[in-house]
Amino acid sequence: IVLPGCASARLKGSPPASLFFQDAQEKGSVTPERAEEAKLKAKYPNLGQKPGGSDFLMKRLQKGQKYFDSGDYNMAKAKMKNKQLPSAGPDKNLVTGDHIPTPQDLPQRKSSLVTSKLAG
Amino acid sequence: FLGAGGGNDIQWCFSQVKGAVDDDVAEADIISTVEFNHSGELLATGDKGGRVVIFQQEQENKTQSHSRGEYNVYSTFQSHEPEFDYLKSLEIEEKINKIRWLPQKNAAQFLLSTNDKTIKLWKISERDKRPEGYNLKEEDGRYRDPTTVTTLRVPVFRPMDLMVEASPRRIFANAHTYHINSISINSDYETYLSADDLRINLWHLEITDRSFNIVDIKPANMEELTEVITAAEFHPNSCNTFVYSSSKGTIRLCDMRASALCDRHSKLFEEPEDPSNRSFFSEIISSISDVKFSHSGRYMMTRDYLSVKIWDLNMENRPVETYQVHEYLRSKLCSLYENDCIFDKFECCWNGSDIVMTGSYNNFFRMFDRNTKRDITLEASRENNKPRTILKPRKVCASGKRKKDEISVDSLDFNKKILHTAWHPKENIIAVATTNNLYIFQDKMN
Repeated sequence: IVLPGCASARLKGSPPASLFFQDAQEKGSVTPERAEEAKLKAKYPNLGQKPGGSDFLMKRLQKGQKYFDSGDYNMAKAKMKNKQLPSAGPDKNLVTGDHIPTPQDLPQRKSSLVTSKLAG
Repeated sequence: FLGAGGGNDIQWCFSQVKGAVDDDVAEADIISTVEFNHSGELLATGDKGGRVVIFQQEQENKTQSHSRGEYNVYSTFQSHEPEFDYLKSLEIEEKINKIRWLPQKNAAQFLLSTNDKTIKLWKISERDKRPEGYNLKEEDGRYRDPTTVTTLRVPVFRPMDLMVEASPRRIFANAHTYHINSISINSDYETYLSADDLRINLWHLEITDRSFNIVDIKPANMEELTEVITAAEFHPNSCNTFVYSSSKGTIRLCDMRASALCDRHSKLFEEPEDPSNRSFFSEIISSISDVKFSHSGRYMMTRDYLSVKIWDLNMENRPVETYQVHEYLRSKLCSLYENDCIFDKFECCWNGSDIVMTGSYNNFFRMFDRNTKRDITLEASRENNKPRTILKPRKVCASGKRKKDEISVDSLDFNKKILHTAWHPKENIIAVATTNNLYIFQDKMN
């Protein structure tokens, strides 16, 4: 299920480095949590490999960060000349290294001019 | 007391529902906070669009002794606007994270509302009379030719239709690098705290250009970051005491008399963990999403992903009570992680010191009675729409054969979350927010 408007506080594939997967079969009985952990590891084998500070928390702190550098943008445009600029992938909120944000990528921010429906 | 049947049990009835019926919910309409004022006469909501709507309870009608007054719209205003911090390339959402009411001191009402970065003090005042009979102005405001004025009269106040005005009286800005998650007014009614992911600041309600930093958990090297502040609250009676919770499931109690910077806690509340039970999900589900003192101040309640815990302030090493909100989700953690639901921040609230309430999925909400140890699951749904219809308790079937009227875990709608609930300070009236609707329930009066 993909939910709209979910403020994703974590980076897929980067949990706290302090947690390591243990073989669920080590223990005689598997707790529900461990079973779920095994499921997750099966789907995302690279989970838990990245060292360093907690990416969950870093992502939470960086919520709202939207990078747009007009200098970068114009330089890239000049370089490309007639070529198309690489556009944002499906997830516009994840700015990756290669992609240079364009003005079109920045969502339009408008305040609510409409009265709340609770007051209707 | 809760439960079906029995002489003293509360029987909850549908009273009102506010908001649009349609399923297509605009982002701006998502309710982000709900709060009763100190008398319970006013009920405020904040939403993702930065708007505040305040409802007022009607005066009790002597002829309608079977129900308490209804809540009707009293005032609505745009509290916060979206902003873009160009210096930091940071988009600042207008979403109202918290509303806290000040106790009433005069005819006007005051509340604090906050988004991720800025706290505002709003004054809500009534105007029900206006001056008439000016000498130099016509009734429509146009100025009269002074030469036509031959007599003088004294303007008098005459009644007019009630107008409720909201005006921002103070703006407390530029004090938070990270995102504000809590505000809490001190029992001295002069100061308040605001908490973000790494710092807590103390403000004076009259002073906007200065605040004192009282907690700072930012590590010198951000690579060493292991936990963030998730909620904070002042003690209801001791103006020197406050608590803050963390993403690791701990609560720290601080005494401002001990030092100016309360980085060293006076008490640390933490339940020891069984290391053999530790999993990838342990830390995530132990993150505390809300902390609330009981009205007496003797206890505090914390909400983590699967449970509600009651702590006695005199005992730091474990909670005195733990209530499972939706334990059946423990075997669904993998998919809840994939769809981000595991990061949902549920709030909780008290009825005095006896009953606690919190939300769940599928528009279910739960109440736990500390005295009888009974609990109940109810649903906020337009299907139970008739006033004075007693709400039917709900049951989730975790495994095995599903009984009639039970709902299986796999049928739960995880889009329908109840994150925000509030309990009237004096009566058994509760406000429950679904995604974009506000439900008001009250106990059945005989």
